[in-house]
Amino acid sequence: MTIEIKVPSAGESVSEATVSRIIKESGSFVKTDEEIVELETDKVNQVIYSPGEGKLNLTVKVEDVVTIGQVIGHIDTEAKGEPEAAPSPTPQKEKKPQEPKALPPMEPKTEKESARSMPEDFVKAVQEPPKAEAPKPAPEAPPPSLAPKATEEIPHTTRRRMTGLRKTIAAKLVEAKNQTAMLTTFNEVDMTQIMEIRKREQEAFMKRNGVKLGFMSFFIKAAVAALKEFPDINSFIVGDEIVTFQSYDVCIAVSTEKGLMVPVIKGCDEKSFGQIEQDIGEFAKKAREGRITIDDMRGGSFTITNGGVFGSMLSTPILNPPQSAILGMHTIVKRPVVVQDQVVIRPIMYLALSYDHRIVDGREAIQFLVHMKGNLEEPTRMLIDL
Amino acid sequence: MTDTFDVLVIGSGPGGYVAAIRAAQLGLKTACVEKGPLGGTCLNVGCIPSKALLHSSELYYTLNHHLSDHGIHVEKAAFDFDQMMSRKRGIVTDFNQGIGFLFKKNKVAHIKGTGVLKDPQTVEVEGTSYKAKNIILATGSKPIELPFLPVDEKRVVTSTGALSLQQVPKRLLVIGAGVIGVELGSVYNRLGSKVTFIEFLPKICPTMDEAISKNFQKILESQGLTFHLSSKVISSDIGAEMITLNVEKGEEKLSFEGDVVLCSIGRKPYLEGLGLENVGIQKPEKGFVPINGRFQTSIPNIYAIGDIVDGPMLAHKASEEGVAVAEIIAGLHPHIEYMAIPNVVYTDPEVAAVGFTEAEAKSHGFEVKTGTFPFKTNSRAKCTGQVEGMVKIVSDAKTDTILGVHIVGAHASEIIAEGVLAIEKKVKALELANTSHAHPTLSEAVKEAALDVHGRPIHR
Repeated sequence: MTIEIKVPSAGESVSEATVSRIIKESGSFVKTDEEIVELETDKVNQVIYSPGEGKLNLTVKVEDVVTIGQVIGHIDTEAKGEPEAAPSPTPQKEKKPQEPKALPPMEPKTEKESARSMPEDFVKAVQEPPKAEAPKPAPEAPPPSLAPKATEEIPHTTRRRMTGLRKTIAAKLVEAKNQTAMLTTFNEVDMTQIMEIRKREQEAFMKRNGVKLGFMSFFIKAAVAALKEFPDINSFIVGDEIVTFQSYDVCIAVSTEKGLMVPVIKGCDEKSFGQIEQDIGEFAKKAREGRITIDDMRGGSFTITNGGVFGSMLSTPILNPPQSAILGMHTIVKRPVVVQDQVVIRPIMYLALSYDHRIVDGREAIQFLVHMKGNLEEPTRMLIDL
Repeated sequence: MTDTFDVLVIGSGPGGYVAAIRAAQLGLKTACVEKGPLGGTCLNVGCIPSKALLHSSELYYTLNHHLSDHGIHVEKAAFDFDQMMSRKRGIVTDFNQGIGFLFKKNKVAHIKGTGVLKDPQTVEVEGTSYKAKNIILATGSKPIELPFLPVDEKRVVTSTGALSLQQVPKRLLVIGAGVIGVELGSVYNRLGSKVTFIEFLPKICPTMDEAISKNFQKILESQGLTFHLSSKVISSDIGAEMITLNVEKGEEKLSFEGDVVLCSIGRKPYLEGLGLENVGIQKPEKGFVPINGRFQTSIPNIYAIGDIVDGPMLAHKASEEGVAVAEIIAGLHPHIEYMAIPNVVYTDPEVAAVGFTEAEAKSHGFEVKTGTFPFKTNSRAKCTGQVEGMVKIVSDAKTDTILGVHIVGAHASEIIAEGVLAIEKKVKALELANTSHAHPTLSEAVKEAALDVHGRPIHR
């Protein structure tokens, strides 16, 4: 018997993927659930596991673009042979291609999809060509482009293809910059109390939750408290309407080998410090293993990014659309500060809040950050929902 | 006996039988109900027999009129009308059997009899009920008759009778100078009839481009056909020897005498006895069965195609729709570009058209550019002596997209395929003009017409 290996769905908007890595070579023997191929979509990387045990016959190679549902190979369960056998002596190229393009008949996209293109449709297509073709109003004098052409040879350089993830990040960041009225407000936090609590309770917390008490849970909790106070920051714009989240799902920017990923910690208002730290730990592990899925990154109403782990003193984070605000954490530095008219040494972190001025006014953004500052400097306030 | 089919097609014309074969190819259990011989109007009393007679009569006409130009002289050429007719019958019978063979090969059940809808899943044929998950209505059309001119298919005939006359009439009156009229009128004109047309509209073949229609009329008149345009038949006297048609042409009152009258004023959907009312499909007063973009009637599992739905009443249009419906039922995504359905008149010369006429393009808001090229300066036409006619291309002045291709001339039916592809793929006039065409061919006239759109034909 042969079992087909199909490209699984990778989420609603994903229709194709690129083969990024062949984990098991064609011709080798695989066990059920063994990793065979890694696919890269514009959102996430995905490993395909063997649907059965037997001899693997793959019909795709690295860089091939595959569609959801496409058969990319077979497992021959009849073929006997020692697992990890030497690759078959037949050169791979002579193998018959297994109709890589043969797709199973698909369900109609929608019941309303018309099979009849009437003369009126033809007229429309000719008179209103797709926007991409519409001539753009030419700038008076097109500025000479300093960027080299894609095909141009540039000395002393190397080239590599942008991955789908990189392209998505690039597109999303430009979109965030171009389609919002983004600006940043700053403040500083005295981290003395948080550091004391962490020191004092670390052992007990670890014992109870199995994870370390980090800074992030404090910041998430403080952010939730501030979001409750300023719901416009927990909102986004759709057309002419402002949509406000009733949930507090906080995205955490995680740097991975493949690039930046932003998994979501859902329902942060209802989670304990321990649960939040556990979630963060789980995502960190998934990120290291490249297992973060599209579902892990769906949704989210507010984002926190911590450039401090790399030593950043101060930065202006960029929005994570369609969200309206993002908090930047930075490195903690001992600084001389004035407390009760005395110059004292305190551990200080600068905070940055970038926000979409279309929906959030300066006053709210500043007050939001001041609210967070208050709760972070005196975490006990959060006990009584301040 | 009760049997459940995935697809049951009512009607075996070019819409129905093609739908049935395509459905069977896609693995659906399929049946096709037909009360007459397989093949519908097209095969039995339409396209096929008329083309057989057109060709036979054209050969005879060429013998008498054109061969001497080539230095070939034939003395006392004669034709045997009975043999022409039996040759035609032979062709039809061959095709009847051909469809039967295709049904067997594709395992399409051929159910003989009249299909009547009983409920959305049941069709009754001669007292037997058949269950079907999907039903395709493909019952075609029939000629429209005039109330004061009862058809007997012997002296007052529709296209059906005109294809089976016992003898060549001395005088043939044709009411309606549309495609069917000019084709059958041509047949009998070539065989010696005096053929007179009475057309209500001010031009012949009214769907044609104005320039083409005028050019075509001139050519037909040179062959001996007589046209009375803007003329309305108001009454008839059917005598023992002859039939008189009383006609109003503006203020003028005319009367015409003929041995046979062909009534070819159009066709209408054939829906009588189908049982639409049993399943709740509104029977349209006059026009077509309403369908959506997926050929579904108001009952989602009952589909309708061909002459009973809107669009030109053409065999190939029905066939495309038949394929599309079968594929829709099988879950595929077919697509029909209705702009790119060609229309052909098989006279000599032939007339073929696709897309918009100049007037239609203007009425759709286009700023129009046109290009024409006459066959009289085409090298191949000159060689064969078939120099009548022209090519006309209509294009959008803004985008240069070809909107219509119109041809009068020898083999127009074959040359038009290029125009159909151009419309289907939204080709620009300049792209067609820059495409290599074999020399010497008639198709070079299409290239030249495309060049003329841009004001720079080479051979003119």
